[in-house]
Amino acid sequence: MRLQLSPELEAFREEMRTFFTTQVPQQIRDKVAGHGHVSKEEYVEAQRALNAAGLAVPHWPVEWGGRDWTPLQRHIWREEMQLANVPEPLAFNASMIGPVIAAFGNQEQKERFLAKTANLDIWWCQGFSEPDAGSDLASLRTTAVRDGDDWVVNGQKTWTTLGQHADWIFCLCRTDPTAEKKQRGISLLVFPMDTPGVTLRPIELIDGGFEVNEVFFEDVRVPAENLIGEENRGWDYAKFLLGNERVGIARIGSTKRMLAQAKEHAREITVDGRPLLEDPFMATRIAELENELVALELTALRVVANSADGKPHPASSVLKLRGSELQQAATELLVDIAGPLSVASFAEEGSDVPAWARVATPHYLNYRKVSIYGGSNEVQRTIIAGTILGL
Amino acid sequence: MDFTFDSEQNDLREAVRGLLERAYSDSEVRRKVAATDPGFDEKTWSRLAEMGLLGLPFAEEHGGMGAGPIEVAIVAEEIGRVIAPEPFIEAVVLAGGLIAAVGTDEQKGELLAGVAEGTSVPAFAHAEIGTRWSTSASSVTATQAGESWTLSGVKEPVPNGARADVLVVSAVVDGGTGLFLVQGDAAGLTRTGYRTHDGTRAANVRFDGTPATLLGTGGDQTAAIERALAEARIAYSHEAIGAMDTALRTTAEYLKTRKQFGVTLNRFQALTFRAADMYVSLELARSTALWASMVQDAGGDVVSAADRARLQTSRAGRHIGKEAIQLHGGIGVTAEYSVGHYTSRLTAIDHLLGDGDFAAARLARTVADRETVDPLGAPYAV
Ligand SMILES: Cc1cc2nc3c(=O)[nH]c(=O)nc-3n(C[C@H](O)[C@H](O)[C@H](O)COP(=O)(O)OP(=O)(O)OC[C@H]3O[C@@H](n4cnc5c(N)ncnc54)[C@H](O)[C@@H]3O)c2cc1C
Ligand SMILES: Cc1cc2nc3c(=O)[nH]c(=O)nc-3n(C[C@H](O)[C@H](O)[C@H](O)COP(=O)(O)OP(=O)(O)OC[C@H]3O[C@@H](n4cnc5c(N)ncnc54)[C@H](O)[C@@H]3O)c2cc1C
Repeated sequence: MRLQLSPELEAFREEMRTFFTTQVPQQIRDKVAGHGHVSKEEYVEAQRALNAAGLAVPHWPVEWGGRDWTPLQRHIWREEMQLANVPEPLAFNASMIGPVIAAFGNQEQKERFLAKTANLDIWWCQGFSEPDAGSDLASLRTTAVRDGDDWVVNGQKTWTTLGQHADWIFCLCRTDPTAEKKQRGISLLVFPMDTPGVTLRPIELIDGGFEVNEVFFEDVRVPAENLIGEENRGWDYAKFLLGNERVGIARIGSTKRMLAQAKEHAREITVDGRPLLEDPFMATRIAELENELVALELTALRVVANSADGKPHPASSVLKLRGSELQQAATELLVDIAGPLSVASFAEEGSDVPAWARVATPHYLNYRKVSIYGGSNEVQRTIIAGTILGL
Repeated sequence: MDFTFDSEQNDLREAVRGLLERAYSDSEVRRKVAATDPGFDEKTWSRLAEMGLLGLPFAEEHGGMGAGPIEVAIVAEEIGRVIAPEPFIEAVVLAGGLIAAVGTDEQKGELLAGVAEGTSVPAFAHAEIGTRWSTSASSVTATQAGESWTLSGVKEPVPNGARADVLVVSAVVDGGTGLFLVQGDAAGLTRTGYRTHDGTRAANVRFDGTPATLLGTGGDQTAAIERALAEARIAYSHEAIGAMDTALRTTAEYLKTRKQFGVTLNRFQALTFRAADMYVSLELARSTALWASMVQDAGGDVVSAADRARLQTSRAGRHIGKEAIQLHGGIGVTAEYSVGHYTSRLTAIDHLLGDGDFAAARLARTVADRETVDPLGAPYAV
């Protein structure tokens, strides 16, 4: 039992902090801090800055750009990145398809995709969910039928995040409709989004933003060499990928930033002549959230230390569950601090409402998503009750 | 940063667990022990002494083991696991801790060996009716006549106050709050003990010109009291973690065996999801309590770390205590079944030295002073 970071880790943390706060363009970090719209170009610029310094995909195998860091180093890397408002490396690339290709792809696929994936030369999107396959992902119906040297894909995906920016999609398709268990007949295919037969329809979210899409496939021909891993083993790769997704989803650094902003803004708002931050009820609400976040951060450190074999610790469900709740609580706090200003979401020039108050409610509404995706919080409770408590 | 126990600490846990599981093999034993004064088992107390646990945090030169806060945490958690009624935290960590922190070398030499051997069971008489969780005294006063002191006023409730052979008493002195030692058989001392809802004991302790000796060299001891209370709050957090852990495990087992509507209760997601939430509360509280002990060990800001641990374990204790009963149904509210006793003890722990609202209010007062909280940075890691 020891509180302090070792001198080496202390130095590592300092190195990360310095890099993130000096080498990633300030205007991009300001946008993240202000919950503004980060453009495709800005995501790409930020990820390339990280990749050039070997900081985009440290968790990958060393030969493909990984750093052989300890879980604690990765944790520090991620937290410092969030604290510095750096847009994280695109999850679809860095946490999802990259590690899957590195683990299960053939040599040719590794050479073809991995470097470009790390550098965001290829922008990937995740084609898993379908209208009738959400939490019960294994019931997906999009089919891929072998025809000569091609797979022919038909069906529909939905909730495809940033599909409008994507160059390629990794897609779960049913390749054996006769398999005894529905999990057994699924394969993982990758193909370009501009392949004939692929169409995209944007879905507007409640915050007025466009970040998800429906993607339709009509006789899309995918060369056989674009199958990742083995035929009908796609479910295993999906589980591997979703396990990676859950790690780091607690987003503690990012919530910490929001609480710091909340304090800053609560100083600027006056109630009966006194700063809102001095109102005992508001101060206590913030103090409680801060304490919950400390508890989560410490739990993340505990879990991280116990997952050295690369497998997610079952308690990582706690991180997802509580992490999403705290992110949501922080966005809600910001709306409440904005108070009446919080309705001015779409004010433009000519409005005196500060930018942070304009984005507060859309951000809060948008963040209802974090307890739904990445395995909904009900799914996490099922995992905790089943895997940990044996219920 | 390292959350793992070393092998000696694991051995210690195993030894304490073995001893306490033998002593409290089921909740009926505890019920029996709690039914008669002094509300704990003197034999178990002696065994704890033989194992060296009652001198755990004291310096070796004073008959102790010279162990640190992590070892104290381990013992406290094991006590909580079976809710052993022995006053380890009250006598060793709090009253003993004050003697060790404030006492003169002579006093430490004289008193701590007795505590470590189990022959002396001190209590800290601090609470006064009409105040709560204060670091100072207000109604018990100390009067000096030459070299000697007398105390007057009432302390209540004093945990384990009737059984204690020596009392550490806080009292108003010129310029603040002083600490005094009062022998159990002192003239002008009246103690009325009673049973508390959790099966332990507390007392009304009345001083009427009662002779007392100064603990330490005098002056205002508010800071020492604040620190001792913080260390005891951290220890109580660990006792609470042990109790919550058992309450949750007992509940999960019950859900797997109790049948209604032709199936075991764990078939109802309405119940298993709530058990999952209990697990989340427990693990978050556990992390915070362990961290607070590490802060204490590292010499960081133990007072605010204790508030953080207290807040998290208070919220978790209430959540788990209440749900453990509810998920059991009617049997949960009976004295014949274990789980309600855990809830009762968690409720007592919550109120002895400050509850979650108390800790939250204290943390709120400094919320504007910091941009963010870094549990691995200042003021915690130094
Ligand atoms: C903003 C956003 C972005 C997304 N991005 C992507 C993406 O890029 N690619 C992709 O493939 N998917 C994406 N998703 C999809 C996401 O993974 C699904 O929304 C998620 O799996 C839940 O599925 P569903 O929305 O169909 O809800 P459903 O599964 O229909 O669930 C509805 C409700 O029932 C609950 N529920 C479901 N099953 C159970 C059960 N067994 N027990 C108890 N409760 C249950 C759920 O928790 C939820 O509360 C995204 C979703 C959102 C909201
Ligand atoms: C103080 C007290 C006085 C009482 N007095 C009387 C009396 O005078 N006469 C009398 O006849 N009875 C009396 N009762 C009994 C009372 O009606 C039962 O306790 C009650 O019906 C619950 O049954 P149980 O205790 O067996 O719990 P169980 O039915 O075993 O339930 C255990 C837990 O599982 C939950 N649960 C059960 N089924 C489901 C389900 N399908 N879905 C989700 N959750 C479920 C319950 O809500 C509970 O949380 C009394 C109970 C108490 C505590």
